[in-house]
Amino acid sequence: MTGKEKGWKEIAPAGVCSKSSSVFLTGDWKTYTPVRDPAKCTRCLTCVLFCPDGAIRWRPEKGDIEFDASYCKGCGICANECPTKAITMKLEQEQ
Amino acid sequence: MASLVKQERTAMSGDEAVAYAAKQSDVDVVAAYPITPQTIIVEKFSEYVANGEVETEFVCVESEHSAMAASLSASVTGARAFTATASAGLALMHEMLFVTSGCRAPVVMAVANRALSAPLNIHGDHSDSMAARDSGWIQLYAENAQEAYDSIIQAFRIAEDLDVLLPVMVGLDGFTLSHTLENVDTLPDDVAKKFVGTRRLTNVLTHEGKMAPFRLDPDNPMTMGPIALQNYYFEFKRQQEEAMKNALEVIQKVNDAFAEVSGRKYGNGLIDAYCLEDAEVAAVCLGSTAGTMKTIVDELRAKGVKAGLLRLRTFRPFPVEQIQNALKNVKAVAVMDKSMSFGGNGGAVFHEVRHVLYDLEAKPFVVNYIYGLGGRDSSPRELRGIYEDLQGILQSKHVENPIQYLGLRE
Repeated sequence: MTGKEKGWKEIAPAGVCSKSSSVFLTGDWKTYTPVRDPAKCTRCLTCVLFCPDGAIRWRPEKGDIEFDASYCKGCGICANECPTKAITMKLEQEQ
Repeated sequence: MASLVKQERTAMSGDEAVAYAAKQSDVDVVAAYPITPQTIIVEKFSEYVANGEVETEFVCVESEHSAMAASLSASVTGARAFTATASAGLALMHEMLFVTSGCRAPVVMAVANRALSAPLNIHGDHSDSMAARDSGWIQLYAENAQEAYDSIIQAFRIAEDLDVLLPVMVGLDGFTLSHTLENVDTLPDDVAKKFVGTRRLTNVLTHEGKMAPFRLDPDNPMTMGPIALQNYYFEFKRQQEEAMKNALEVIQKVNDAFAEVSGRKYGNGLIDAYCLEDAEVAAVCLGSTAGTMKTIVDELRAKGVKAGLLRLRTFRPFPVEQIQNALKNVKAVAVMDKSMSFGGNGGAVFHEVRHVLYDLEAKPFVVNYIYGLGGRDSSPRELRGIYEDLQGILQSKHVENPIQYLGLRE
């Protein structure tokens, strides 16, 4: 808890969300984090399709993919699916 | 009272009276599954639907879990939802009872109180609703078919009050009330509909940052009852407790408002105190047992015994102050439980009544009578024996055994 949470008199009933889920940063749940080797990556976008959290995005202006640490939970599906083994999962505190 | 409306007197079972009350309460959705002794409620209501007498959407669900899920779902769109169940049906709903109260959905449900298996038993006791006492539902218990009718109509106003927003279950004793014909005075349709009124909605701040009516609506999307972990869950539960406290006031106000229209009131809505002003010995009970007990009190009073009865019409929220005031001068109290709390040293009503008496300066003797399980009849002679026991306790100044089983063979 951050100490900024509201009291019971201030919040709407029934757990009604006063904010979008996009502001609920779930990226701090992870133990492992994906690390990509750009030299091996072919930009095939398989990881973008497989990521269950939408935490890997294609940036056409860069012509490259981008990992969003705010939502990545470290599940490792991207590393598992990568056809060129360009992604490896590393302990987060080592990064 | 001059303003009373003309009412029609009809012979109805408790179940029929409940169905008739629901019919008059402008209900949008009924989702229910039949189970003895509640079946007549659902059958009767489905007849109203088939005959075009109501505009209600009737959902034939495949289980009671679904009945409550559908009632909850209808209610959170802003609709008025009603259902009914008993015994195993209420047990199967158990998970959804908490979701419904947690979503602050003002569903009204009749419970034709019945024993739980095993052994299988279809008759009346309070095992079903007592097992649901901590589910966040308001609980009213009716003494007769008339009160069952009146309480359903009142329940919508209580549940939908913006200071409450909690579901309400109305208990009526299985078979004793559910299947027994009584004279029931019913309000004209328009009067009942006006009394219940149109459901109002509070406004809440949604995730889009705007205020919107508290309901699921595609034009104003909102999320209800999502995950709330260590940081917020506790606060939402505290809100429900506050709503229960508010209900103490609202139940009394609705009881008074109903009396102005119908001429009928049930104590102060929370408790029904009978001959308690100067009583030395008193019993506390719920539901239909109170009818017999009041007759016994009258007999004892005629013989000069200062006997009284306290009927708890509302069990949740528990009317602490009202019970303390009603019993503060009584010297010996018998608390009657029509269900068991196995291993709990007495029944649920006993626990709670004795708990509030602890704060009194002059604590009365308190005895628990567990009775009527599985629909076993308690005769006037047995019930009279409770008062005789209390008089014996006053003489001996001693409670030999605080947990008694009335009418049980050794």
